[in-house]
Amino acid sequence: MLKMSQVSKVYRTELVETHALRELDLHVEEGEFVAITGPSGSGKTTFLNIAGLLEAPSSGVYLLDGEDVSALNDKRRSRIRNQKVGFIFQSFNLIPDLNLADNVDVPLRYRDWSGVKRRRAIGDMLDMVGLGSRQNYLPSQLSGGQQQRVAIARALAGKPRFLLADEPTGNLDSEMAASVMDLLRTINDEGTTIVMVTHDPDLARQAHRNIHILDGRGSDITLSSAPNVMPLEAVRV
Amino acid sequence: MFSYYVRLALASIRRTPVMSALMVLALGLGIGAFMTTFTVYYLMSGDPIPHKSDVLFAVQLDNWDPNDDPTESAKDVNPQLTYRDGTYLMNADTPATRQVHMYGTGAVLVPENEESPSEERIRATWNTFFEMFDVPFIYGQAWSRLDDEDRASVVVIGRELNETLFNGENSVGRSIQLNDGFFQVVGVIDHWQPVPRFYHADGTSRALADTEQIYAPMNRAIELEWTPWGNTNCWKSPDEDLPPLEGFLQSECVWTQFWAELETPHQVADYKDFLDNYVREQKEIGRFERPLNNFISDVMEWMEVNEIVRNDNRVLVRLSFLFLLVCVLNTVGLLMAKFMGKGGEVALRRAMGASRRAVFQQNLVEVGLIGVLGGIAGTGLAWLGLRAVESMYQGYQHLVHLDPVMLATAIITAILFAVLAGMYPVWRVSRLAPASLLKTQ
Repeated sequence: MLKMSQVSKVYRTELVETHALRELDLHVEEGEFVAITGPSGSGKTTFLNIAGLLEAPSSGVYLLDGEDVSALNDKRRSRIRNQKVGFIFQSFNLIPDLNLADNVDVPLRYRDWSGVKRRRAIGDMLDMVGLGSRQNYLPSQLSGGQQQRVAIARALAGKPRFLLADEPTGNLDSEMAASVMDLLRTINDEGTTIVMVTHDPDLARQAHRNIHILDGRGSDITLSSAPNVMPLEAVRV
Repeated sequence: MFSYYVRLALASIRRTPVMSALMVLALGLGIGAFMTTFTVYYLMSGDPIPHKSDVLFAVQLDNWDPNDDPTESAKDVNPQLTYRDGTYLMNADTPATRQVHMYGTGAVLVPENEESPSEERIRATWNTFFEMFDVPFIYGQAWSRLDDEDRASVVVIGRELNETLFNGENSVGRSIQLNDGFFQVVGVIDHWQPVPRFYHADGTSRALADTEQIYAPMNRAIELEWTPWGNTNCWKSPDEDLPPLEGFLQSECVWTQFWAELETPHQVADYKDFLDNYVREQKEIGRFERPLNNFISDVMEWMEVNEIVRNDNRVLVRLSFLFLLVCVLNTVGLLMAKFMGKGGEVALRRAMGASRRAVFQQNLVEVGLIGVLGGIAGTGLAWLGLRAVESMYQGYQHLVHLDPVMLATAIITAILFAVLAGMYPVWRVSRLAPASLLKTQ
């Protein structure tokens, strides 16, 4: 479903040239739950941005569902991002003055869906994350864990091909983090592909596969394709 | 999608009320100042009788002091005529379709009820006045030529006076008392206020004055010795051998206005020849000692001759436009600050699938909404500005209204300038790289 071949990303300024990714080869199959690990500055976020079509690679090929999306124009990239990618962020990134329903509605607004269809999707997603009765609440009225659940509902509302989660539990206490991870696992069990960037080895262990990025290069460090079997020492964070 | 963008814009404005208010105020001040000066300019430079302004001609004859400065244009000739010249032309068989001779005067109006008498301005004129200037009647009609010649005691009154004296009823056939005499009402005209008041426009304040509420035959007014209330200019004293009134009427003093209706260029040329021949004849009896300087000017030319739109008006419009640009530049700064502060939301929307174009459109709607609010504020400020103009300058009361055209102009100007101001900030925000901003949220 997602395949990167020899993907590099170079940021250039007048004085400095920074290689964020170096000839990265990586693939994610449909239905997988993949954890991306690596130290700060290793290129994890750059990978996520390229995977989510927020940035284009400097070189290499990125195939999404068999389509080369490396060098599309903004309109086409935006459309693919809207239809195929769901983002979950560490700091939730909910819009503070929109209620929960309107927050979940954000990606749906960029589709040609009818109001009825949008409202049904919003209701279903908020029900799924257990917040169906709080559609008119503002984000500030929720706990961090609940806010992240709303963000997950928003990411899933448009039925994307895969979720990109950037440290989804980074701002949560352990209890809430466990709850959010349970939700992500359930979503994955129901068939949604998830690619998650994390520093947390415990979270990484819950993925099917771990890919470690170091100095912009990736390596698959998974010992087993089954979840929860990765030895802690194999994850070099 | 537009309604969604409007909702988002309203939410965004509520989110930053102080900054939004500052932007609306900046635009409003600029629009208000510009619209105030422009409205005055627009109304003063407007065509007061568009369907006939090219066939109505004001007449000037240069009867002035031969030792005075030479005449170079119509602006150098007195805008008024002597009574004797106007009377001659009025009774002569000229090439004009119609002519009218008139002057502004006044009398004491004594109401039938117990209300106090009041001084009323009166236009002493001929019956042709109403047809020439398309004055609308609600009751009755103009008096007849015979009434003019017979010096009949008849009047046409205005709607406002008819409301006051007769409760707005059809007053044709009833009488009003002016000084000691009674005048029969033969017609009531509707509200009629050409701006500028072209038919007696020597000077801005007179050009912007109210139209009269009483119109009476000029011959009757002269007979009753109603003196002119406007400017009277003389370069030599009246003949003291004649009785005072007769001396004044036969003098070289100018105090009457004269208009001719000329429908074809041929008629215009013939009329000009007629005037020149008349002056040549007068020269033979010792009058008109200066070179032939007769002018006829159509309505819009007449506005120029009388400098109704003065240069300082034009300068004010330009200055207020510059002020508007300064306000717009301030708005650009405020919009930059506001939109750069929205980077996080923009990045999020981009991640959720909004294209640059969608972000541009969304924020442009917000800018447009600020423009609408600025336009409304500007219209209010322009109204206050016009009120201030009214209170400071006599005769500007007809300029204190913003007609629908000016109202629409104010709103559209505000939106255009807001969009102009917002174009760069909106473009910048749509070009923000979402990746870096999402991480810093």
